[in-house]
Amino acid sequence: MSAPLLEVRGLGKRFGGFSALSDVSLRAGRGERLGIIGPNGSGKTTLINCISGSLRNDTGSIAFDGREVTRLPAHRRTRLGIARSFQIPRPFASMSLAENVAVPLEYVTHRGSLHLADVRGEALGILGEMGLAAKADALAGTLSQVELRKLELARALASRPSLLILDEVMAGLSALEVDEMLAIVLRVNERGVTVIMIEHIMRAIMRFSERVVCLDAGQILAEGSPAEVAADASVRRVYLGA
Amino acid sequence: MAGAAATVLAALLLTRMVENEYVFFAGYVVLQFVVLATAWNILGGYAGYVNFGSGAFFAVGAYTSVALIQAFQAPLLVQVVAAATVTGAMGFLVGALTLRLRGIFFSIATVAIAVICETVVINWSFVGGARGIAILQPDTPVGFASYNRMLFVAMTGFAVLAVGLARFVEISWIGRGLRAIRDSEEAAESVGVPTLRLKLAAATLSGALMGVAGAPFPLYMSFIEPVSAFSLNYAVSALAMPLIGGTASWLGPVIGAVLLGTVQQVVTVTISSELNVLVVGLVLVVYVVAAPQGILGLARRLSRREGAGR
Repeated sequence: MSAPLLEVRGLGKRFGGFSALSDVSLRAGRGERLGIIGPNGSGKTTLINCISGSLRNDTGSIAFDGREVTRLPAHRRTRLGIARSFQIPRPFASMSLAENVAVPLEYVTHRGSLHLADVRGEALGILGEMGLAAKADALAGTLSQVELRKLELARALASRPSLLILDEVMAGLSALEVDEMLAIVLRVNERGVTVIMIEHIMRAIMRFSERVVCLDAGQILAEGSPAEVAADASVRRVYLGA
Repeated sequence: MAGAAATVLAALLLTRMVENEYVFFAGYVVLQFVVLATAWNILGGYAGYVNFGSGAFFAVGAYTSVALIQAFQAPLLVQVVAAATVTGAMGFLVGALTLRLRGIFFSIATVAIAVICETVVINWSFVGGARGIAILQPDTPVGFASYNRMLFVAMTGFAVLAVGLARFVEISWIGRGLRAIRDSEEAAESVGVPTLRLKLAAATLSGALMGVAGAPFPLYMSFIEPVSAFSLNYAVSALAMPLIGGTASWLGPVIGAVLLGTVQQVVTVTISSELNVLVVGLVLVVYVVAAPQGILGLARRLSRREGAGR
């Protein structure tokens, strides 16, 4: 087996006296679709904050593409190929959609391009894939919920990642919108991008994932195929309390 | 580029055509505020990090000139370059200490730096200490009717330089990075923006330009003392002018500085010089309530409404 794209070993993170993550180890192969589930407060978002570099882990290490990235700031990890979306969308609200997407294009994909015009065409292309082309010049602050989620995705994809981490990118969407979003993410994966998806919508995560990891209280509770994890007694207990 | 050259040329022509010396005396102050407000806006407007200590940067620029004049009668250009270097370094240092943290820590530090700098100057007799110091203007340069007319043209040049730099920052990838920081620092970092490095660069450039605004001040006034050099008026104006004009674009600080600077000059002449800060405060309150996006924002809103009405 070739080396995994992402290898997390013994990750630990504390907030004061609260242990958000303890001894979490995780791998994601090239092109894999990995789902992460777990009850609220189980440490899912903390885990991806540590992987993407928004938070610094206290113990353990993170290797990406064969390289140790544990100490790198988030923007360096993005340049190496780790992109993420935020659970609560964080658009650059005072900028147009095209400019939102232009930022990663200018800072990662085409560093050194001096004019917005140089990357605008590519920005419009990415927005087009999300069905947002018509709104390219609207301010990001004026978007609806589903549009904001798509913009998060567009902005993450603009850095041309090899690993895409999605933090509840479908939360609050209608069933139809979930299907639409799922189709977009599957298309991205078909191009060879590894996708880690955190989601509460079971229908989506079970359909999407090749492998599922269940977190509870900062530790890995179960891991396996969607069917295995869904059938796992301990997973059923934390989810259903039965 | 053409606009920049035309502005300086117009200033030069003005010194030939206008008799009244006061025009240049007052015009210099307005231009100095254009530089100061533009400098503030690079960090405060684009990136959203508010500097409350612009007065300190201005005064340190001025006192750098005083020290160099005292030491070896340094010419104006040397004073300006040295002042920019010192206050640029000051901006970098305050930034390096506080910009790792988000939010208000930088602002608090800028208040502290103002107090520290003023204390240092008050106790440094080489530059006049608390008593202040008289500075002799050199001989009037050939081709100018007075030294202040030359300073007026020089300050026009600095204003054009400052606005040009701000405009470059604004429309380039640097500006989009800074605005991304203001909108969401975590998201900016996550799409590859080196937030700390960008904030430090902006703090350095902003600080350096504030020093440029202050550097010719001793020669212009022929006298300088700490209380007026560190006056609250500079700190308040530097932030009020961009807010009034609009922080989103390089044009905002220019509009704000010309408008408020002119009003201040008129008030100084017609009512009293003590009323300056009060006027700035009142205008600021009115604008924050009535036009939170400044004059530019107001204009944009009105034009949009008109467009929608058709």
